[in-house]
Amino acid sequence: MKQLPAFIRKEFYHVFRDKRTLLILFGLPVVQIILFGYALSNEVKNIGITILDNAHDNNSEQIINRIKTSSYFLVKDPVLKYSDIEEKFKEGSIKCALVFPPDFTGELGHSGNAQIQIITDGSDPNTATIVVNYLTAIISGYQQQLKPAPRLSYQIIPQIRQLYNEEQNGSVNFIPGVIALIFMIVCTALTSVSVVREKELGTMEILLVSPLKPILVLIAKVVPYLVLSIVNFIIILTLSVYLLDVQIKGNLVLIFAESILFIITCLSLGLLISNVTNSQQTAMLISMMGMMLPTILFTGFMFPIENMPWIFRAISHVIPSRYYFIIIKAVMLKGLGFRYIWQETLILAGMAIFLLTIALKNFKIRLS
Amino acid sequence: MRVLGFILQKEFRQIFRDKTILAMMFVVPTVQLVILPLAANFEVKNINISVVDYDRSTYSQRLIYKIASSGYFRLVGNTVSYNDALELIEKNEADMMLEIPHGFERNLVREGSQQLNISADAINGTKSSIGGGYLTAVLADFNSSLDVNIKSANGGNIMQSPRIEITYSDWFNPRREYKYYMVPGILVLLLTLIGGFITALNIVREKEIGTIEQINVTPIKKWQFILGKLIPFWIVGIIVFTVGLIVMYLVYGIFPEGSIPLLYLFAAVYLVALLGFGLLISTFSNSQLQAMFVAFFFMMIFMLMSGFFTSVDSMPDWARKFSNLTPVTHFIAVVRLIVLKGSGFRQVKTELLYLSGFALLLNSCAILNYRKTS
Repeated sequence: MKQLPAFIRKEFYHVFRDKRTLLILFGLPVVQIILFGYALSNEVKNIGITILDNAHDNNSEQIINRIKTSSYFLVKDPVLKYSDIEEKFKEGSIKCALVFPPDFTGELGHSGNAQIQIITDGSDPNTATIVVNYLTAIISGYQQQLKPAPRLSYQIIPQIRQLYNEEQNGSVNFIPGVIALIFMIVCTALTSVSVVREKELGTMEILLVSPLKPILVLIAKVVPYLVLSIVNFIIILTLSVYLLDVQIKGNLVLIFAESILFIITCLSLGLLISNVTNSQQTAMLISMMGMMLPTILFTGFMFPIENMPWIFRAISHVIPSRYYFIIIKAVMLKGLGFRYIWQETLILAGMAIFLLTIALKNFKIRLS
Repeated sequence: MRVLGFILQKEFRQIFRDKTILAMMFVVPTVQLVILPLAANFEVKNINISVVDYDRSTYSQRLIYKIASSGYFRLVGNTVSYNDALELIEKNEADMMLEIPHGFERNLVREGSQQLNISADAINGTKSSIGGGYLTAVLADFNSSLDVNIKSANGGNIMQSPRIEITYSDWFNPRREYKYYMVPGILVLLLTLIGGFITALNIVREKEIGTIEQINVTPIKKWQFILGKLIPFWIVGIIVFTVGLIVMYLVYGIFPEGSIPLLYLFAAVYLVALLGFGLLISTFSNSQLQAMFVAFFFMMIFMLMSGFFTSVDSMPDWARKFSNLTPVTHFIAVVRLIVLKGSGFRQVKTELLYLSGFALLLNSCAILNYRKTS
């Protein structure tokens, strides 16, 4: 056992020698937290709109003014012909167009029924849906003002309470996802090169002739990355709390224990990749390029898993970050205890043991 | 030119010798392009709701029935107490809960108004606000149906007020199918990942293994070396792009509306820019691990800011400016314009200028940064 600390020290030297990688390792979460906290949101704002106002009367202008003052829309130069609308869509400068009929006020006054046409860019269905909702709300608001609807004699007044996130802080949903994503990719990629690098550079032979048992060699490889990941986790938590005002509601010890379990799972996956590949290039392409998009998609923080076809819901069950995302959401944001997450914890632990066993089985003690 | 020919020969041999890399370059993106668009769907449907009905009256039952049959909600529990319903939210089985208090029917009939408590799991802000919106709409509908019932029973008439009728049409994608938006975007992301990572690893690999020495002692010029690295991966990129377009057509039935040569022109310029970026990272790094991490760092930022996940227009001012400084943003925009809307050269020519600028800048940097003497 005396050799193990020496081996761990060797691995630490390897890691700390490469300053640039270290910088990226700690810079990555910082940049992601800033991007998710300040730049990215699911809210749709500044929608480019153009208006074809054939009416040019009081009513149409008042509606246009309402759109102009709304923060959701950015009114571009008006078009004069119907055919110009298509041109604007093709330039990509607008997402929707509003068309008033020539005799808007007349129709409204006489027949009591005037038509407005909304044209949306259906190639972006999400925005199209939102645009129609926003515009409908603005126009019905104007209609209400024209002739207030009589008060309903029966009213149910809904009181909506936002649980767990009363200020509707958008970062709250992203933080657990970002943590899961960073660990899943960074930890896996780091360890995925650890063994294969020695193979490629020829130093593997020295490791193999040492009296250390294979499992201890692997443990020595993992320890530095485990330490680094925990430091990284502390940085992420600190930033989320102080920069993004995310409240940690649950038990910190439990959060750390679960995170360490997840980190170990990812590191084991990396070891497995490292043991079955022959070059760093392959190992890293698998662990980064191969896993980046599936992790983003199947963790559940960007796209709701329950909407996916059953086959993908099935696939998502083998992605470790999915369970970690559920756990961290429950403990950190909802403040729940271990009782609610023991199943997910058990699955993660099972995955870690399984991956580690396979990795060990694939660790070849002979060079050939 | 003969020198360049020899370098190309060497590079192609290296690419084709490694079967795993070949698979990573062609099979992984194809498989991901087939699978991922089916999974990437922002649409919120089936909001799970649990109901606590303390009233158990005709009206409360009618309201619950109305919510359940509205098509937006799935009733996951009709519990007897607030705590039971909350437990469902805590376990992630319900997204929101509706609490109907004692005396709901009585107050509604006698006093004409009654409050209801709705609690939503607000961790997922989109879902909670959409769910709240749906529920409010269902309640408003319920209100007016009650109103009409009572009024027609009393013989009262319903006032007719001037109505603005809103018609809407969705151009380019009348059924608002998500795949049209997602597939071209995912194709670009996959192309970017492959091109960026593989070139980032390339030169540094020669440094790490030591074969770069052999090149440094030959009379190969710096630009020849970079060009020799660029061309093979450019060809690979064009092939991946072509395979992607074929998959897009065969699996998703999306055929570019615009001109295909124009699409390829953009792809060609974009690939030069992207590969230049990868090579720049590669000349800059000391080890493959480092190159991969630096590439990953930038790829991640580019992808997140590219407008694939969230719209660029909605970003704050500084983020929008930054987003426009990355080639990925421009290429995604252009591919969507040409494939989905059939935009012509005239409408997208400024984007070509942007991309050419990136291509020139990044490759010059790569050539300048490559040193034959250390």
